[in-house]
Amino acid sequence: MKTLFTNPVLIKELKLRFRNLKSFTGILFYLIAMSIFVFGFIFLATSLTGNGFFRPDESFMLFSIMTYIQLGLILFITPALTAGTISSEREKQTLNILLTTSQTSFQIIFGKMTSSIAFLLLMIVSGLPIYSLVFLYGGVSPSQLFYIFLFYLLTLLAIASIGVMFSTLIRKTIVAIIATYGAMIFIAGVTAFFLLISVQVSQMGSGTPTMSPMAHFWATINPPAVMLTLLQPPMEDQLQSVTMVSVPLWIGYVIFYSLLTISCIFLAVKRLRVNMNKYK
Amino acid sequence: MIQTIGLTKKYGSFYALQDLNLVVEDSTVFGFVGANGAGKSTTFSILATLLQPTAGDAFINGMSVTKNPQEVRRQIGYVPDFFGVYDQLKTDEYLDFYGASYGIKPKERAVLIPKLLELVNLENKRYDYVDLLSRGMKQRLCLARALIHDPKILILDEPASGLDPRARVEMRDILRELKAMGKTILISSHILPELAEMCDSIGVIDNGKLIAQGSVQAIQAQLQSEKVIRVKVMGDTSSVIPFFEMDPFVSQIEEQRDKRVIQFFYRGTEGDQLRLLQEAITQNIPILSFAEEETDLEDVFMAITKGVEIG
Repeated sequence: MKTLFTNPVLIKELKLRFRNLKSFTGILFYLIAMSIFVFGFIFLATSLTGNGFFRPDESFMLFSIMTYIQLGLILFITPALTAGTISSEREKQTLNILLTTSQTSFQIIFGKMTSSIAFLLLMIVSGLPIYSLVFLYGGVSPSQLFYIFLFYLLTLLAIASIGVMFSTLIRKTIVAIIATYGAMIFIAGVTAFFLLISVQVSQMGSGTPTMSPMAHFWATINPPAVMLTLLQPPMEDQLQSVTMVSVPLWIGYVIFYSLLTISCIFLAVKRLRVNMNKYK
Repeated sequence: MIQTIGLTKKYGSFYALQDLNLVVEDSTVFGFVGANGAGKSTTFSILATLLQPTAGDAFINGMSVTKNPQEVRRQIGYVPDFFGVYDQLKTDEYLDFYGASYGIKPKERAVLIPKLLELVNLENKRYDYVDLLSRGMKQRLCLARALIHDPKILILDEPASGLDPRARVEMRDILRELKAMGKTILISSHILPELAEMCDSIGVIDNGKLIAQGSVQAIQAQLQSEKVIRVKVMGDTSSVIPFFEMDPFVSQIEEQRDKRVIQFFYRGTEGDQLRLLQEAITQNIPILSFAEEETDLEDVFMAITKGVEIG
């Protein structure tokens, strides 16, 4: 465990990241955007009702919207932070030297990925004080917040591993970033579209829902859909009544994205020293 | 010791390297000469475990670069022909990072880094940002980086390319010091002629094939079958040309009238050469100097890669 946190690539990457002004301005703008949204929402809610009260149900609504906004930010920022990790080393001509050190491919990939994740976690954690404002007004349980953050962590890991994988497979950073954003669009958008189509197909003809494992699968791998069931557990029952599959979405989500993360990291590790592969 | 056996690298139907058999003994300096694209960097990349050969194998201290790459990496220090540095990293941090990458403990690194910086004359740049160093300084820093884990073998691909004359001299002095430290050095360089005195042997590679290998003296001796003689005369050179033209061993006479110099290829033995000079003096040819042109490694390289027969 100790060696994981004394990983030279991780330490070097963190050092370089926090010497870069862009990292601090990034967090600053993130917090400003969150603050404007939260305080704007509270101001509007209290001024519209006219009595200066902020009701618990409004507090929950604020929490839900903030959760989605943060998910959007994770989906938007993670590819940019991870898709250049290996390809930028290649472009800067520093990769070959790194590959001749006695670090294993896994150590290099792990160090690169962990440093990006650490920065994203810092960004999320730095927003916690703003986030926790909702507790002032009630309506949200701490366990719910805890599960939401676990969900963020898994989603972040999965996207980061996709980014690192593309960064290893594709030589140009810009192409790797585009490919990772493409994967994001598929995960967040295309799966939602397929979910709707699958539901429609299953209800076709009889008009009554029939069992639709495909619809359940698309819902399982769609982060906004899973997020909805975490925020509003009754939504899980509604979805189950449509797909007729009684497995909770989060179980499939954890299995699918854990496997995806492991596969992407495995592929990145295997392909890092691509010129050392036999018969290349 | 470095050894390659039938080392071959093929891209489609193109041979970047063909059946390379090479032995570099311990504590010797081996110079690798060849034109751009001849296969030097391919060989070095295979030895540095960056490239898998299509056939054959290479061994570093008896360890196969294909079967034990991780072990080989601990044994070698590699300086590539082109390399970049990290922005916003200081010189000592740069070395510290690579030291950590080789598993050297922090306390040992703290002792090692100042010593290495002193070796490459960068001790006063210890807290400067690496990307702000000059090209020559970066090259020396890269050499220090390659030495951080105290490898027995150094693989230096064009370590002096793009350097100004002063930086080249500095690099040459450092390499001399490394040789004295008993390192085995495999080097390719455009300044190989300048390094001739420190190379124990050289190999000449052309179109992926090793076409000559041996000591610097042996390869230079091979060239002696056709040496160049330079004669300086007093007065007009055109009047002495007919005399030299009559000699059966003389060919391709060139004259530089303004300098009163003629130069020709000579195929005869040393005895023939002595007879020619004695005859010229007997016939009152106004000779001021009569000398063999020194051939250096660059001439060897040029001659071999142009396909001149050497022995």
